[in-house]
Amino acid sequence: MRSAQTQTATQEKVKPQVKVSPHSTQSKALEKASKDYEAVIGIETHVQLNTLTKAFCSCPYNYGSPPNTSVCPICMGLPGALPVLNLKVIESAVKVGLALNCKLSLNSKFDRKQYFYPDLPKGYQISQFDVPIATSGYIDLDLPLEFGGGHRKFGITRVHMEEDAGKLLHSEGGSYSQESTFLFMLTINIVPLLISYKRVNYILVDLNRAGVPLLEIVSEPDMRNGIEAAEYAAELQRLVRYLGVSNGNMQEGSLRCDVNISVRPIGQLQFGTKVEIKNLNSFSSVSRAIDYEISRQVLLHSQGQDKEIVQETRLWEEGAQKTVTMRKKEGLADYRYFPEPDLPGVFLTTDYVDGIRNSLPELPETKRRRYEMMGLSMQDVLFLANDMNVAEFFDTTITKGADVKLATNWIMGDIAAYMKNEKLTINEIKLTPQELAELIASIKDGTISGKIGKEILFELLAKGGTVKGLIEAKDLVQIVDPAEIEKWVEKVLSENPKQLEQYRGGKTKLQGYFAGQVMKLSKGKANPGLLNKILLEKLNAKS
Amino acid sequence: MISTLQPPRSLSHFRSNPTLLLRYTSLKPLSSLSSQPVTHSTITDQSQSPNPPSHSQILSTRHSLLSRHLTATQLAESFLTRLRLNEPHLRSFLHVSDSVLAQARELDEKIQRNEELGPLAGVLVAIKDNICTAEMPSTAGSRVLEGYTPPYDATAVRKIKKLGGIVVGKTNLDEFGMGSTTEASAYQVTANPWDISRVPGGSSGGSAAAVSARQCMVSLGSDTGGSVRQPASFCGVVGLKPTYGRVSRFGLMAYASSLDVIGCFGTSVADAGILLHAISGHDRLDATSSKREVPDFSAQFVSMNLLESKPLKGLRIGLIRETLDDGVDTGVISAVRTAALHLEELGCCVTEVSLPSFSLGLPAYYILASSESSSNLSRYDGVRYGNQVAADELNSQYMDSRAKGFGSEVKRRILTGTYALSAGYYDAYYKRAQQVRTVIQKSFKTALDEHDILISPAAPSAAYKIGEKKNDPLAMYAGDIMTVNVNLAGLPALVLPCGFVDGGPAGLPVGLQMIGAAFDEGKLLKVAHIFERTLQNCRFVPPLIADEVA
Repeated sequence: MRSAQTQTATQEKVKPQVKVSPHSTQSKALEKASKDYEAVIGIETHVQLNTLTKAFCSCPYNYGSPPNTSVCPICMGLPGALPVLNLKVIESAVKVGLALNCKLSLNSKFDRKQYFYPDLPKGYQISQFDVPIATSGYIDLDLPLEFGGGHRKFGITRVHMEEDAGKLLHSEGGSYSQESTFLFMLTINIVPLLISYKRVNYILVDLNRAGVPLLEIVSEPDMRNGIEAAEYAAELQRLVRYLGVSNGNMQEGSLRCDVNISVRPIGQLQFGTKVEIKNLNSFSSVSRAIDYEISRQVLLHSQGQDKEIVQETRLWEEGAQKTVTMRKKEGLADYRYFPEPDLPGVFLTTDYVDGIRNSLPELPETKRRRYEMMGLSMQDVLFLANDMNVAEFFDTTITKGADVKLATNWIMGDIAAYMKNEKLTINEIKLTPQELAELIASIKDGTISGKIGKEILFELLAKGGTVKGLIEAKDLVQIVDPAEIEKWVEKVLSENPKQLEQYRGGKTKLQGYFAGQVMKLSKGKANPGLLNKILLEKLNAKS
Repeated sequence: MISTLQPPRSLSHFRSNPTLLLRYTSLKPLSSLSSQPVTHSTITDQSQSPNPPSHSQILSTRHSLLSRHLTATQLAESFLTRLRLNEPHLRSFLHVSDSVLAQARELDEKIQRNEELGPLAGVLVAIKDNICTAEMPSTAGSRVLEGYTPPYDATAVRKIKKLGGIVVGKTNLDEFGMGSTTEASAYQVTANPWDISRVPGGSSGGSAAAVSARQCMVSLGSDTGGSVRQPASFCGVVGLKPTYGRVSRFGLMAYASSLDVIGCFGTSVADAGILLHAISGHDRLDATSSKREVPDFSAQFVSMNLLESKPLKGLRIGLIRETLDDGVDTGVISAVRTAALHLEELGCCVTEVSLPSFSLGLPAYYILASSESSSNLSRYDGVRYGNQVAADELNSQYMDSRAKGFGSEVKRRILTGTYALSAGYYDAYYKRAQQVRTVIQKSFKTALDEHDILISPAAPSAAYKIGEKKNDPLAMYAGDIMTVNVNLAGLPALVLPCGFVDGGPAGLPVGLQMIGAAFDEGKLLKVAHIFERTLQNCRFVPPLIADEVA
């Protein structure tokens, strides 16, 4: 499971984007106008918890299982079935609440949020309404340097626990769509395609995901552009992965962001009309969708058409790179919340909370500040702290005595490149932090050259083993005996009289050529410093 | 209605001849099945004892089986025969199991092999149809679940089966438990065995009638606002509503989750107590079930000192004043006052107690129960199970499936509850009702600090005519005044027949309600048992089967 994490973190990394500008004629006006407006952005994030079983029953949840194979009377909402809370859900919520610097509610409760939809088996979602488990927190993050860098602190309004709904598979059926009927079928262990020959529209319901625990994390409207929003989401992902409560995978829907965005003239206190954007499957789509939407709204404002901005839900279309209307709000939906009578209240003791607080790992923000204190550049800091496993690898390497900067360079350079090429995570490579520290030490004390060190590194990455073992097995110990090096130098000079003449005739650049030949002769083992010193002496000696 | 009470009972008779109480009024199964009439009997080694167990059908069954006086098959056959004879008049069952005899034969083989028997071995149990049974349809009396068979047994049913009980069938009810007459069943109207022109009460009318008419030995019902106690009163049987949380609700189709409990019917206090013991206890599948230990209720039935003249000496009983007000049938009031006198004669100290919040219970109950039901019944959408009405688009399918699937009383409550929970009305209705609920809980607490148990009628009247209140829902709701407060407070209560009023061919039974402190079912059972065993000149066998039952 870890293996997927590092990959997606890298893949989903936000790429710098040029602001979307539909037409060049508009773009100038837009550029001018955008200086007069600011966007206000808040994000609702749903984090799917990776508990072994669902929130209220003992069904497991595995993404991608065949439809309706992870269901039971409880998550299917059969008559008479009752929910029983999985205590791991509370534990995860408390972890996230603490990590987001929230105030925890020691007495919270569950409520029912009621609406009819085929993916909601009970006709209500068990959620938390007026007393969420955590409120009033904040999250710290550092913007990447390519986006201008800088530290940000975004407010967290609330964190609450709820259950996921099932999934609907819509099927379009041929030419009779006008008079189509909806057939709702729960197909247990039946491949839905079996009935696709029927030329009608129908919806298939897969309840595997129904009842999977979610945390809904609501931010304050503190973000101002797409990058900030995307980085907020990325930091949440980092946080839940550090905490081990979710795989945070956006493609699988384990982390889902709904963005609320409005635009107002700078200086105006009142918010503009809010638009919600859904269907954001990556951090870069979060960023791009927001920037598109800002442009759209700013343009309408600047053309005096701000009445055209209505409260609605818009869908991000990845193909067209734009947002389109999904549904307009017809007044406020009345979910008729009331306390869930099937579940007792959620009571936390301070001992319980303290126990969890004490077991929290070092969180990304703390780690970044610590790395900063170690003298690392922000670029290094962000790279190392991005992935908890990379950070742990780094930390262990340091603990084994390696030089901080050297360890960083190796990890960010050759090791990262290798992982990227081989599509491996840091936990999957054969190199251990212990050996990396050993390697760095061996180069530093002159046992091996940097060049040999690099060769050994790739051996260690691919096959494992120890630095000492490899040096011994391949006889790679650096030669520091001046007499031996002198012999090689003399041999090279005598074998290349023409070049020697040229050198002495003033073409001193040839020193490099001679050095290379000597190194080759020593099978790379000659100490480069010593080699050059002796070579220079010999080259410049009158004969 | 003019009361025609039985002559006041006197304990002098009891004192002079205590052995009379030991009279073993067992149920004589129909002799038509075997050439010789079969009767229950105590097991041999106890036959010398002057204290045969009781008139508990459950204990009698056990003794009969263990002593080989009767086979389980004979017992089952006799009950099934009576069931078939009565059923056309009563219509208490929505489904009768076809495996009763097979299970009985299996049990007989076990007995033959001298295998150990569960405490409910051979006991014939009927189950209210809103309680899930894996091998039988469970419709909750609703069209929306017509033909639906659950994939699992309710925890209470599972426990009964595990202890050897045999499920006879599923009993009729008001749709989803919403009603007080069983007339709101989508399938049939059940008649009262005491007078088949009258309702058996509800919503557990089928379970009450089935026990009253000896179509089964005991039965399970559910009680959200009185649905076990009121039909027990109407049918002249014992009805026990346990403390909220005592019995797992897993598998009980939810009406109002914070009020619903599964309860027990029996022809004796002992049977109700034994059945309660069988189904009680924490269930990991019901987060609202209590982890409290379940005491051995049967200890309450054997510890009675029969020679003592005042077996309940010192017990403080509060007669709830507000339950004897206007609107309560005078015959019912007289029966309850007489019952109070009877308790005094047993040594109790009976005083009147006022619960000023009593009258608030009814409106609060109907707000809360309707609100919860509007949510609980959302799952009946025709998508995954039950009746689906095909439609052109999603909303129509929901609307048509539900419009066709639910009866008018259910719709009324869903609409009431939806309204009460709506934005802008929540505070005025739902929240206010919750506040009333807290007030009621407190007033019960105070009254039960000063009294061991509280007593009241179980219903303002005896059984009324079928159709009498069908078109007047408010009148029907008003009939729940005696019982709903107990659900709001989550307390245990037991109803047992205490007398008669005029009506029908042989009079109509009147139930006395005893309310106890939370989880104090033991005390209720003890008091009720002694009351029942010392009650003279009352035999609560309905005329329908009076000839068959000696």
